[in-house]
Amino acid sequence: MKLTSQALPSSDAFKANHAAHLDALGTVRAAAEQAAAGGGEKSRARHESRGKMLPRDRVANLLDPGAPFLEIGATAAHGLYGGAAPCAGVIAGIGRVQGLEVMVICNDATVKGGTYYPMTVKKHLRAQEIAQENRLPCIYLVDSGGANLPNQDEVFPDRDHFGRIFYNQARMSSLGIPQIAVVMGSCTAGGAYVPAMSDVTIIVRDQGTIFLAGPPLVKAATGEVVSAEDLGGGDVHTRLSGVADYLAEDDAHALALARRAVGSLNRAKPATVQWETPEEPAYDPAEILGVVPADLRTPYDIREVIMRLVDGSRFDEFKPRFGETLVTGFAHVKGCPVGIVANNGVLFSEAAQKGAHFVELCSQRAIPLVFLQNITGFMVGRKYENEGIARHGAKMVTAVASTNVPKITMLVGGSFGAGNYGMAGRAYSPRFMWTWPNSRISVMGGPQAAGVLATVKRDAIERAGETWSAQEEAAFKQPTIDMFEEQSHPLYASARLWDDGVIDPRQSRDVLSLSLSASLCAPIEETRFGVFRM
Amino acid sequence: MFDTILIANRGEIACRVMETAQALGVRCVAVYSDADAGAKHVAMADLAVHVGGSLPADSYLRGDAIIQAALDTGAQAVHPGYGFLSENPAFVEAVEAAGLTFIGPSARAIRAMGLKDAAKALMVEAGVPVVPGYHGADQDDARLADEADKIGYPVMIKAVAGGGGKGMRLVEHSRDFSDALESARSEARKAFGNADVLVEKFVTQPRHIEVQVFGDRTRAVHLFERDCSLQRRHQKVIEEAPAPGMTPRMREAMGQAAVRAAEAIGYAGAGTVEFIVDGSGGLRPDGFFFMEMNTRLQVEHPVTELITGVDLVEWQLRVASGEPLPAGQDDLKITGHAFEARLYAEDVPKGFLPATGTLTHLTFARGARADSGVRAGDTISPFYDPMIAKLIVHGPNRAVALSRLRSALAGTQVAGTVTNLGFLGALAGHDGFGRGEVDTGLIARDIDALTVAPVAGPRHVAAAGMAALGLCDAQAETGFTLWQPLRRQVAMLWQGEEVVAHVMVEGPDRQHWQIGEDTVVAHRVGEVWHLDGQAAPPVAVAGLVITVFDAYGLVFDVIDPLDRAGGASGDGNLIEAPMPGLVKSVHTQAGQAVKAGDRLAVLEAMKMEHALLAARDGVVAEILAAPGDQVEAGAALVRLEPAGADAAEAAQ
Repeated sequence: MKLTSQALPSSDAFKANHAAHLDALGTVRAAAEQAAAGGGEKSRARHESRGKMLPRDRVANLLDPGAPFLEIGATAAHGLYGGAAPCAGVIAGIGRVQGLEVMVICNDATVKGGTYYPMTVKKHLRAQEIAQENRLPCIYLVDSGGANLPNQDEVFPDRDHFGRIFYNQARMSSLGIPQIAVVMGSCTAGGAYVPAMSDVTIIVRDQGTIFLAGPPLVKAATGEVVSAEDLGGGDVHTRLSGVADYLAEDDAHALALARRAVGSLNRAKPATVQWETPEEPAYDPAEILGVVPADLRTPYDIREVIMRLVDGSRFDEFKPRFGETLVTGFAHVKGCPVGIVANNGVLFSEAAQKGAHFVELCSQRAIPLVFLQNITGFMVGRKYENEGIARHGAKMVTAVASTNVPKITMLVGGSFGAGNYGMAGRAYSPRFMWTWPNSRISVMGGPQAAGVLATVKRDAIERAGETWSAQEEAAFKQPTIDMFEEQSHPLYASARLWDDGVIDPRQSRDVLSLSLSASLCAPIEETRFGVFRM
Repeated sequence: MFDTILIANRGEIACRVMETAQALGVRCVAVYSDADAGAKHVAMADLAVHVGGSLPADSYLRGDAIIQAALDTGAQAVHPGYGFLSENPAFVEAVEAAGLTFIGPSARAIRAMGLKDAAKALMVEAGVPVVPGYHGADQDDARLADEADKIGYPVMIKAVAGGGGKGMRLVEHSRDFSDALESARSEARKAFGNADVLVEKFVTQPRHIEVQVFGDRTRAVHLFERDCSLQRRHQKVIEEAPAPGMTPRMREAMGQAAVRAAEAIGYAGAGTVEFIVDGSGGLRPDGFFFMEMNTRLQVEHPVTELITGVDLVEWQLRVASGEPLPAGQDDLKITGHAFEARLYAEDVPKGFLPATGTLTHLTFARGARADSGVRAGDTISPFYDPMIAKLIVHGPNRAVALSRLRSALAGTQVAGTVTNLGFLGALAGHDGFGRGEVDTGLIARDIDALTVAPVAGPRHVAAAGMAALGLCDAQAETGFTLWQPLRRQVAMLWQGEEVVAHVMVEGPDRQHWQIGEDTVVAHRVGEVWHLDGQAAPPVAVAGLVITVFDAYGLVFDVIDPLDRAGGASGDGNLIEAPMPGLVKSVHTQAGQAVKAGDRLAVLEAMKMEHALLAARDGVVAEILAAPGDQVEAGAALVRLEPAGADAAEAAQ
């Protein structure tokens, strides 16, 4: 069933939408470019003058030439720490090496010596989580001074802090997920465990160092005076200590050795889904910018988006006449079968039941799920509460939480309240979660939140027999509205790694395809659902 | 017509002969050496017989084996091609004695033309003009010097039995004569086993113009001239027909002289009468002199074929099988102009040294005739002439033909060996040659300009880089990134210098290249890549060798980062015991030069004998252990130092 578009690319609305989306995109692009520039011109020049490749160049030279790189957390730590940690000081993403999808985690030593801020740790752990869930070999391009000392309380002690990195390495290794480290700079203190815990380690001569304590600390502790190279350089570690396995002459050599190491993994993707021959959509994905209204409050048909994402714009819609505010159906993305769950308005009981049903179907058939999230929430009011919308919503949340098929969530509009749960928000562990620049996420809309707070306050005031002018109420509401506006912005969310990144909506199809491909590196386990409240 | 013939040759000429013979319905038997087992001429043949080892003396010069092969395969005739046994009268006699037909002249005719002085005497008799000179049997030094004085300097000393430029010396002054004579003789003795020489007038602005003749023993016709003046050290490089500036009167005079020469010896088959022509004052009917007659099909015969429309091999087969001359003199006409360029595997910067190699890629431009004995994948071996192909073009006049020659050369793609293609291209673009002002000294005079090393520009580096990284056939997702393209590098060697190019792959159809200060934008339109708006040059990839087909082929060697030396510990100077053990024996002594891998000592440990090898080339500086010593792990046993260290110290 090929979908047919109702959009008019020549219309004013289409053009206005397009312009507004481009504007929002520009803001994200500027943030992403700032993040990619790392520690700034001076720091980069100093890095290169030492004969070292810039971190992004290291990633590029590790990957197969021209291979796609699906970066995660590209604007992590944006606006945090006074801007001191662009990209959270670490580059992470999925690329291909020798044709094999791998997770690359690359420290950026131009950002505070590659030290770990809280967000650096969070990003590193998220990358490892993706690697573990999707069984992607990990390649660590290490160049880091370890924990960022002024932030040690938020980096060191807790469960999801620095130590978790090595725990993950050990666990992944035990699961047969290869761990490869390339030591291209410092690897001090805790950082020393990244190479030490890896299955295979490469170190660059006269450049990479691994030690638990650097020369200054050694001198302070024991009085021994020793150079960094003699303490833990490449020659020492490949010849005497055995901490590293291969000695590289320079970055290019080290990355080539890492590529060779991947070539020796004897690894293949498991057979999972039935692939079809990929086909372009009948409608240009770039038109998404025109068909999606700039204002989140303007309703539109989500099928206009679906037809610009799926092969041949073909969509086998499931239960089209029931619970119409949730669109469900089967399609292919670049040949990969997917089940799509997409919002087309507020969720009613029927829609929630249909969603649960469809998730069950996909789980039964081992078809990956794609959630296109644009949800203001479940319908409220006496009629709905009384008919048990919470019970029906719970079915959908149970289904989404329990399923073992890969879930990819794309936030294409609003994500408010419990709708977020039913649509595989971050807490429901989608394999990947991407957001569009026009999206907003918060527990409820800013005006609604301000309204709730104002109602409570007005009740208190009026109970006390006082009055509250409309002006006073507006002044009271404004800070809340402003706070919600700021905190619901996708860059604010992405800076804190509530998602895997903000993307250009025109790239949605590619991003989905790469996410699906990465997800299918792991076998699809059978699903056992929890108790559905019937 | 014969039913089966054997071709006693290899390479392009064997293929050339087979092409015509097979078109005439004649079965072809090839012979081949060890090195040629997989050669093109063997593949083309209906039947192939192995006749011996790779050296010519063990195969293509083994007349007896070749004749036996012909008899065994039922061949009725033997085509000798050129070179090898083609002008060997004894072979002709042996072929005929075996009851087979030799496709070529009689042994008597070959002998008559084989010795230069006798040949000249014969020509004088037949009224063919010869260069003034001394061709006497008296080889006394003083007599020869005397004759040289009589002829007048400059003179040329030539080996009587010579050919191919061997045993030839130009003498400008009387005082240099005896030295030149001695060296010419010594070279002649080595090359031909005959030290006899002749002395001739040296023509100052000489042109080499030869006349193609064809005889049927009683009659002969000529198929006009070829100009082979473009020579490098007496080796023809580019030939053409007709000769630039040739007049009908002169052509008539030369043609008749050539026919007289052929008829004088009852010539059968294709032959060439070579003349030296004095080009100093334009071509004059009295300004040409007989040099020699080549009693075989010439390498450059195709230019004659293209201007006359005659298939000379067909004529050879028809006349050898008993037909009279297929055409009379009046039937033969010149149509247009033709050039032939000889493409060789040669290292031009190293003085045109013959080169070898496996042709990883070989294609010729459309519109040109390419006579070749090799295909892509074939090897140019050190055993034979390193010819890759003859590129032959034709046009309605010289200007058009020359333009076609230039484009044929520009469109020739060879990878896997160095070639003289760039030199041929430069020569085809030479102004004087373009104007038809040719003489045998042209190449030598302008050799520097003709052998300028090619320059690789940024687009060439980008084209090579694209191929090196496999970015030419990009997939839909190639270059995908979320916000900014990644920058990858590739390092290559260009004429020994490392070139590093950076590329940002912006998508499957777009790349941004940075080469030093230059940028090149690669953009794909349909299936065709454009570099800065111009179609990208074709590229061949063979392992780590990239050939960009522009400027006659630019070769880049991709540097594999894995090839960087690494992993070896220390400098290899100290040979240490790998484990505790007993020194069983020491196999070297101080001062001895050793090579990497040489056994220096043997250690017995854990019931095993461990050979300790030199980690690199060097000289043994000292022996630090003796047989019978019990040593610890890591104990130094032998110390090496770089070769030449002693000498350097001694010099101080």
